Amino acid sequence: MLGLDKKDAVLLVIVAVLTMFAPFILNPFPEGSAMAQFNAGYPDLMQRFVIFGIFAIGFNILFGLTGYLSFGHAAFLGVGSYAAVWMFKLLSMNVIPAIVLAVIMSGLFALLIGYISLRRSGIYFSILTLAFAQMMFALAYSVLTPITGGETGLQLALDDPRILGQSQTPEGNIPVPGLFGFEMRDSAELVIGSWVFTFNLGYYFCGVILLLAFYLAIRIFRSPFGMMLRAIKSNQQRLNYTGINPKPYTLAAFVISGMYAGLAGALMASMDPLAGAERMFWTASGEVVLMTILGGVGTLIGPVLGAGAIKYMENIISKINSDILHSWFAFLPDGLEDFVVTIVYPFIGKGWHLTLGIIFMLVVIFLPGGLVEGGQRISSWLRNRRARRDDRRSKTEPAE
Amino acid sequence: MDAIILQILNGLDKGSAYALIALGLTLIFGTLGVVNFAHGALFMIGAFCAVTLSRLIGLSHKVEVEGETDFLGNPLTKDVPYIYDWFGEATGAAIVDWAVPLAILFAIPVMILVGVVMERGLIKHFYKRPHADQILVTFGLAIVLQEVIKYFYGANPIPTPAPSAFTGSFDFGVLIGFDANTIIYPYWRLVYFAFAAVIIGAVFAFLQFTTFGMVVRAGMADRETVGLLGINIDKRFTIMFGIAAAVAGLAGVMYVPINPPNYHMGMDFLVLSFVVVVVGGMGSLPGAVLAGFLLGILESFASMREVIDLIPGINQIIIYLVAIIILLTRPRGLMGRKGVMED
Amino acid sequence: MGILEVKNVGKRFGGLQALSEVNLSVAENSVHAIIGPNGAGKSTLLNCLVGKLIPDTGSVMFDGQSVLGRSPFEINQMGISRVFQTPEIFGDLTVMENMMIPIFASRDGSFRMHAVESVVSESEVVDYAEQMLEDMNMADKRHMHAAAMSRGDKRRLEIGMCLSQKPRLLLLDEPTAGMARADTNNTIDLLKQIKEDRDITIAIIEHDMHVVFSLAERITVLAQGTPLVEDAPENIKGNPKVREAYLGESA
Repeated sequence: MLGLDKKDAVLLVIVAVLTMFAPFILNPFPEGSAMAQFNAGYPDLMQRFVIFGIFAIGFNILFGLTGYLSFGHAAFLGVGSYAAVWMFKLLSMNVIPAIVLAVIMSGLFALLIGYISLRRSGIYFSILTLAFAQMMFALAYSVLTPITGGETGLQLALDDPRILGQSQTPEGNIPVPGLFGFEMRDSAELVIGSWVFTFNLGYYFCGVILLLAFYLAIRIFRSPFGMMLRAIKSNQQRLNYTGINPKPYTLAAFVISGMYAGLAGALMASMDPLAGAERMFWTASGEVVLMTILGGVGTLIGPVLGAGAIKYMENIISKINSDILHSWFAFLPDGLEDFVVTIVYPFIGKGWHLTLGIIFMLVVIFLPGGLVEGGQRISSWLRNRRARRDDRRSKTEPAE
Repeated sequence: MDAIILQILNGLDKGSAYALIALGLTLIFGTLGVVNFAHGALFMIGAFCAVTLSRLIGLSHKVEVEGETDFLGNPLTKDVPYIYDWFGEATGAAIVDWAVPLAILFAIPVMILVGVVMERGLIKHFYKRPHADQILVTFGLAIVLQEVIKYFYGANPIPTPAPSAFTGSFDFGVLIGFDANTIIYPYWRLVYFAFAAVIIGAVFAFLQFTTFGMVVRAGMADRETVGLLGINIDKRFTIMFGIAAAVAGLAGVMYVPINPPNYHMGMDFLVLSFVVVVVGGMGSLPGAVLAGFLLGILESFASMREVIDLIPGINQIIIYLVAIIILLTRPRGLMGRKGVMED
Repeated sequence: MGILEVKNVGKRFGGLQALSEVNLSVAENSVHAIIGPNGAGKSTLLNCLVGKLIPDTGSVMFDGQSVLGRSPFEINQMGISRVFQTPEIFGDLTVMENMMIPIFASRDGSFRMHAVESVVSESEVVDYAEQMLEDMNMADKRHMHAAAMSRGDKRRLEIGMCLSQKPRLLLLDEPTAGMARADTNNTIDLLKQIKEDRDITIAIIEHDMHVVFSLAERITVLAQGTPLVEDAPENIKGNPKVREAYLGESA
């Protein structure tokens, strides 16, 4: 199917189903119930899942395949956001031209920065990318204020030209991003019993793009180009003596992953039309590293899982407070209840970063393949167990 | 001229901090071959050692002030630190005042312990793993450490003053023949610079003149050979890790009066210190010190009004710009050795 | 005029004159061995041939073209393949993928993006790689991770990868170093087989005299960075200068 082998096609279908039915899957608890706060099926968060999924898929094309660890990838996300907002200001509120320009601009930046940074490898490459990203952040924050909006960020205004659109709506408001007449914020609600499911146009738009991005990533992974990238990670020396120049391959991977980041940045701006320099800060680059490692570096689905896990923690775990904890552990005797809550409290709510840090360390130490490797280990353990059980059964019930 | 001297002075304190952190970072890299992203967290923990000690010293109990009442007619109470009870009011007040310098004594054992536990408990298992894994696991550790500090001390900066004897400024200009008030410099920054110089000198002397230091230097040059001589180099490297942690911690302790510490100060300094290490040359101790001061001073020159008018924004990016140029023209940094991390 | 002509090559590292006045001519379709005691400059010479080092003086011509100043990948594209002392293969990739990469390289040159076509659809490359694995007797291992194989198999794979590019000159750097006797003999047989089947020139650097005298048609003895003698194997054995060079080392 679509030039994929069976295994990859199945994976793509699974991701497609998960994306399309996410409003149901992420909202398993009825409205108003105690568990409703674990529902993640609201448009804002679902959009973030897929946007960061795209960002991480792209990062993984560089880091997962070639092994070059960039610590400045958020810079391209920022470039994408700025480019998209400028398109909204100058051209029209249609998201397509905004995305196209964002991808082109981030690709150009990636070409320049990659060309310079890739002259070094290992930790030096990481430091170079970090230095470039920090420079871009610092400049966006200060000197480039006319282009970037500085500390307040780049926002839309009523007097923006929007030559192909309208400067303001008939009601005198700033128009919102849309796709040929449909607005990104358009939503439909479906109420079944006490469940409420929200279907948001912006989310589905991002979801379709995620599928395209994921499909392209599969094709890259399975192509001779992808094979060369993995060869770069494995043994550059041999590659050199095999008549292949690794540089253009790594640069191409760097540019592709920069364009993915720019695409993610443009989608962020399309969902909420503003862009700020903090998107380029090095901690934002660190976050995509966390996502990719947590999910499973070098795997196809890993980065998407990692992005989902971290964004879920950021938005859901961080909302749990001590009252909620007390209500959960209310079944315990009073003293024990307080004790358990005290133990758990530092890890939730504002402390979710602590949980993230610990999980991340555990993954790096014990599970270098991330969640994907974890899943594989569990499934092979289950398979072995079943096989053993079948074994035993066949022994105890000899065939007649 | 006076402006130039002033900028050099201004660069010294930041440069001292960069140099101290970078020194430990490069020491760990040179001895253990580990890229430690948690090193900034050690600087931060050091700073919070100072905060902790000043809080401990300041622990007080309420005492009724005889013959006075508040406006409700209840007896007026005031907080009296326990330390006043033990040492008398004058000595007690002096101890409270000198909390930050005293924290050096407190921080040394704490930091060595933290360092050794970190090395034995975690880093040791990553010697054979790729540098990317080392970066990642220590990055995770840095997040954990700063979140722990945030949990106990909150997210806001905690002002912790220097001893009152050092709070004023020193008119450096008069000393070298300029008009009064042209070059004034806070005393504490001078103290910080002197302190950094002493620490750096001590580390170099330790490596240069003790047998322990000789073995460590030999191990930095060629780990395997030293191992073959039957010397237990691992144990010494563990101790070196403790020392590097102590150096970073002390840099943090003394930095507290300059900038109130918060939980993310370590990360802020870490990124710059890494740049410093790379500019100085991975694994080169003199390189780290040189680059630390050089970049600190460059940064303060770039913040001069005349320079900013000439090249807007240069103060924000100068360090990174220098790092990029150095990395591209001198891949081994200013004083790096051949063959370090070049695979 | 040989296929590889080394003239007056010299290379200095700081105070050490690693190579001086090296002249060497490797005749087309011959097996030429370069031997010499430790520190004689064998590896330095080899690195000068493949672009890893640039000699200070002299010239290196391959098939009438200079290789000096070219990168290793360009020199490979000219038709020189190198086998390393410790097998250099793509450990994280499967054996089949290891075999396909050099085939892609010789078909497409140093860089070409096939970013979306599947590897599987490149049937000519796949078929040829399968064929090469058959030839190397490793077809059954095609799905294995290369790093999981034995050292002998890795060596065999590496030689196969080089041969798949149909090089005109195959450089081998102590191909049997650290191998057990049986593996060494297998490698000798493999190289003999290769020589029989193909039009190929082989230059081999070797320590093991058994390997050298089983294979070489011509031998150059290198000592202290300069060639001592160049002759047929039967004349080398009895040459007093060679004995001296080797005995001098052990004394």
